Amino acid sequence: MAKREVVTTEEHGSDDRRPRGGVPEAPAPGEAPSDLLRELVAHLRQNRNQLREEWVNRIAETRLLTAMSKEEIFAEATSVYDSYVEALETETFEALQNYARNLSERIIPRGVETHEVVGIVLLLRDVLARSLFAKYQTDFRKLNRILDAYEPAANRIANTVAVGFVQERERVIRQQQEAIRELSTPVLQVRERLLILPIIGLIDPQRARQLTEQLLRGIRTTRAKVVVIDITGVAAMDVTVANHLVQTVEASRLLGATVIVTGLSPEIAQTLVTIGVDLGKMNTVGDLQGGIEQAERLLGYKVSALSEAR
Amino acid sequence: MEVPILKQGEFLIATFQAALSDQDLESLRRGLLQQVVKFRSRGVIVDVTAMDVMDSFASRTLREIAHMIRLRGAETVIVGIQPEVAFAMVQLGLTLEGVAAALDLEEGLAYLIEKFKNID
Repeated sequence: MAKREVVTTEEHGSDDRRPRGGVPEAPAPGEAPSDLLRELVAHLRQNRNQLREEWVNRIAETRLLTAMSKEEIFAEATSVYDSYVEALETETFEALQNYARNLSERIIPRGVETHEVVGIVLLLRDVLARSLFAKYQTDFRKLNRILDAYEPAANRIANTVAVGFVQERERVIRQQQEAIRELSTPVLQVRERLLILPIIGLIDPQRARQLTEQLLRGIRTTRAKVVVIDITGVAAMDVTVANHLVQTVEASRLLGATVIVTGLSPEIAQTLVTIGVDLGKMNTVGDLQGGIEQAERLLGYKVSALSEAR
Repeated sequence: MEVPILKQGEFLIATFQAALSDQDLESLRRGLLQQVVKFRSRGVIVDVTAMDVMDSFASRTLREIAHMIRLRGAETVIVGIQPEVAFAMVQLGLTLEGVAAALDLEEGLAYLIEKFKNID
C-alpha cells in the first residue's frame, strides 16, 4: 500500500481533505458516495451484534430508559439498530419515521422522556462513528469520505426519530386535553325539558366555547325549556369567560330556553358587576338546589312527598 | 323571493325558505303587517329554520317587524334559530332583545296559545 501523506490536525474537517491549492480531489475508484454508503452499511450489518451490545451497555451506563427492563431495551435496541441501518441503506426515512412514531406510542405511556429518546439515538450515532474510526484509522482520507457519507444520514436519522417522538407526544397531549374537556362539561337531563350543566374547574375561552356549543345542541336535541348552569365548582372567571357566560344565556334564549345560573362565588359576582352585565337579563339563584327548585316551578312541576315515605 | 305566509287560526306563520335578500326582508315587513291587519291576527310566528346565517340587517328587521306587530296588539315569536346561528348572533351582539323566541313551530304555537290564554 502506498504511503499517503497525512495532514496532521487535531480534528478532521472538510477543509483538511483539500491539498494546498484548494481544488477538491476527485473520488478514487470505488469511492463514489453510493459505494461508500454500501461499504458502510455492510460494516454495520457485519458487526451488528457487537455494536448493538456496545450500544445497550452505553445506554445502561448513562442511565437512560430506566422505565424499561433490560429485555425490553434489548428488543427495542435491535429494532432501532436495524431501522437505522436500513435508513442509511435506502436513504429513505419514511419507514424510520413510522417506526419512531410507533415506538413512541408504545413507550410514552411508560413514562419515557424526550431527552432519553434523543439521548439513545445520539449514543448509537457515537457508537457507530467510533467503530468507523477504529476500522479506517489507518486510512485517514478514506475515513473522511466514509464520514462524509455517514454524517448527514446519521444526523437526519437522529432528527427524524426525535421529531417523530415529539409529534407523538403532542398528539397524546391533544388527545388528553380533548378527553378532559369532554369529561368536564356534561350536559345532563334531569327532567323533561330541564337540563343541568355543572361546571367544575378552570374555564378558558376555548372550553367556554365548547361548553356553549354543547349546551345549545343539547337544548335542541332534548327540547329543553330551562337550563341550570351551576358554577359552584368554578373559583374565578376572567372578563372574557364571564362574557362567554352571558352569551351562552343569550344564545339559549334564542332557542327558547331560560337559563338559571347558580353557585356564583363572591369573586365571580364581582366580575359580572364590573363588566356591567345587565343582571335583569341574568337569572341567578344562590345554589344548585334553589336553581332546580326554581326550574321546576317554571316548568310547572310540583314536588311533594309521598305519604308512604318514612 | 316571496316568503309564504300561512294562516293558522288566529295566528300567521311566515316561513323563511333560505337566505333572504334585503329587499325580501323589506317586502316581508310590509306584507306581514298587511296580513295582520287583514286577518286581525293575534300572533305571528316567523320560522327561520332554513336560515343558516343571520346578519345585523336581518336581525334589526325582525325586531322592527315584531315592534310594528305589537303596535297592532299582536305578538311575534321567532322560531327555528339553529344553534350555530344563535351562537354567531350573540357573538356579534345581535340578541333580538325584546322579541320572543322559541325552539320550533310547535313551541312557538304553544307560547302564543299560553300567552293569550291568560288574557282571555
